[in-house]
Amino acid sequence: MILSPLQQEIAISVVKVLILFNALLGLFSLMTYVERRLLAFMQFRLGPNRTGPFGILQPVADGIKLFFKEEVTPEGANRWLFVAAPAIAVVTAFLAVAVVPYGGTVTLPRFGWMPDWLEGRPVVLQISDLDVGVLFLFAVSSLGVYGIVTAGWAANNKYTLIGGLRSSAQMFSYELALGLSWVTLIMVAGSFRIRDIVDSQAGWLWHWNAIRQLPAFAIFLVAATAEVNRTPFDLPEAETELVAGFHTEYSSMRFALLQMAEYVNMITASAVGANLFFGGWHSGIPGLPSSPLWFIVKMFGFLFFFIWLRGTLPRFRYDQLMHFGWKVLVPLAMLWIFVAATLIVVRHS
Amino acid sequence: MSPQLLQHALLLSLALFVVGATGVFLRRNVITVFMCIELMLNAVNLAFIAFSRASGTLDGEVLVFFVLTVAAAEAAVGLAIIISIHRHKDTLDLDAFNIMKW
Amino acid sequence: MSLPLFQAILFYVFGGLALLGALVTVGQRNPTYSAFALIVTLVSLSAVFGLLGSPFIAALQVVVYAGAIMVLFLFVLMLLAVKREERIQGESRAFKLVAISIAAVLAAEVGYALTAAPRAMAGRFDASARQVAVLLFSPRYLYVFEATSILILAALVGAIALAKREPHP
Repeated sequence: MILSPLQQEIAISVVKVLILFNALLGLFSLMTYVERRLLAFMQFRLGPNRTGPFGILQPVADGIKLFFKEEVTPEGANRWLFVAAPAIAVVTAFLAVAVVPYGGTVTLPRFGWMPDWLEGRPVVLQISDLDVGVLFLFAVSSLGVYGIVTAGWAANNKYTLIGGLRSSAQMFSYELALGLSWVTLIMVAGSFRIRDIVDSQAGWLWHWNAIRQLPAFAIFLVAATAEVNRTPFDLPEAETELVAGFHTEYSSMRFALLQMAEYVNMITASAVGANLFFGGWHSGIPGLPSSPLWFIVKMFGFLFFFIWLRGTLPRFRYDQLMHFGWKVLVPLAMLWIFVAATLIVVRHS
Repeated sequence: MSPQLLQHALLLSLALFVVGATGVFLRRNVITVFMCIELMLNAVNLAFIAFSRASGTLDGEVLVFFVLTVAAAEAAVGLAIIISIHRHKDTLDLDAFNIMKW
Repeated sequence: MSLPLFQAILFYVFGGLALLGALVTVGQRNPTYSAFALIVTLVSLSAVFGLLGSPFIAALQVVVYAGAIMVLFLFVLMLLAVKREERIQGESRAFKLVAISIAAVLAAEVGYALTAAPRAMAGRFDASARQVAVLLFSPRYLYVFEATSILILAALVGAIALAKREPHP
């Protein structure tokens, strides 16, 4: 059938979205298993090893259990918002993946049985290469706050309200530091596109932004961990504090959706970190060809780092957390922007 | 990019502005009135962007940038004021704050 | 599907969503629902900005307005535990009628003014972040930009000073 160029683009984008969506769902299930196993090994115990060989079917068992659990809605809870909150959290978590690239441009091989417009067509391994890619990431993480604050408020429970407000305050405080850490990367690459920032790190290992702009990387690591509500910044949702924080009243599938939102946020933060700071799909050696496999390896490195942090560090108290975010991280980020801008101007003059 | 789109964008901006203005007239809760004011500011932003697109210059965009900034500052101070008046009278009804009426 | 039709569909969808959100914001009795409706309006308006060729302002709209200002609104609403607004008896009906008629007159006048003359569209339009930045830091707007930073500082100090609790003696 004859498709106009616009329809061709839309069709290819739909296929990319489907592939990426399913990959994210699969990765989420894998991460729940991997996290429990790795945490267990770090804590000198075994973790889930009964369901299937090496416990590999544990996510399936978890899914079945959560599916059949009773859905409890607390009395007096705001019904619309109670249902909408996990949806908002999941939608914003998945939306961020739309601008994350995971490879260069692949040219579809000529099979002979595909329509003409598909044969040999170069496909960009990114759903949408926005001109303001980094700003889009910032915007979507700003929207992610609403899932949590709505979840905390809609359950008609004092403790979840406080947990939700604390968690969202933490998120948007560290979002500021997160955004500021990206400013120097944008200055060096000269563009807001994530692809341009990745390509500015092509070449040898020491061109990677993690080495070239170490303070920005350090700030990003701390801010991303706080943004995703991971240990050591997971006080608002820790099981021993405030009952269970903002997701106390959620059960069954809604709880699963909130967990999915958190894990997908973590995966997105890892993907963004791998792209912005570790050169994405470029191998660190000019001779080796760049491929999406490098990106996946780096992303898994980040994910392992998040799990490692969880197994190692104790949590911050909430006031320590806010103090650190506003009074240490943001001034440091601004100082680094100042220094980096001066260096760029000096180098160019 | 058709003139139709500009026309429709301006009409949308007008509709949003009128809805916001009606809200400011009719609502009694101070925070809702504030939100209607923000709605009007957004309607104006849309008009700025539409006109900027029509004329091909970017001054409209820059002005929207400033409106965004000023709206943020105004929201911060306005909400702080609302918190203090709530502390004073424990109500958010605008009709209750009438001690300066003649 | 040609390009203008696709744009038209997107515009109607997001424009309609924005208008619907605005109507809910104004009409809803519970201020928290109004706040959520306003968030929907703001995000749809951001989509419309994107359609009009300004990706930078669209992203900024979500970051600043929907992501920061409305979070502030929601915090205040949730902390002050605002209740639904109650209907009052008496003078409300006539007052509402007057308000709506004034709004209708305003709409008619401005609508006529906006649609009377056909407008031409400029050919080239590059509203990328770089171009906006070039104009923003040009001498025309540089001082305004610096003044805005002082304005934000003033708002920061003012908000803290106003919302601070008086220390009990």
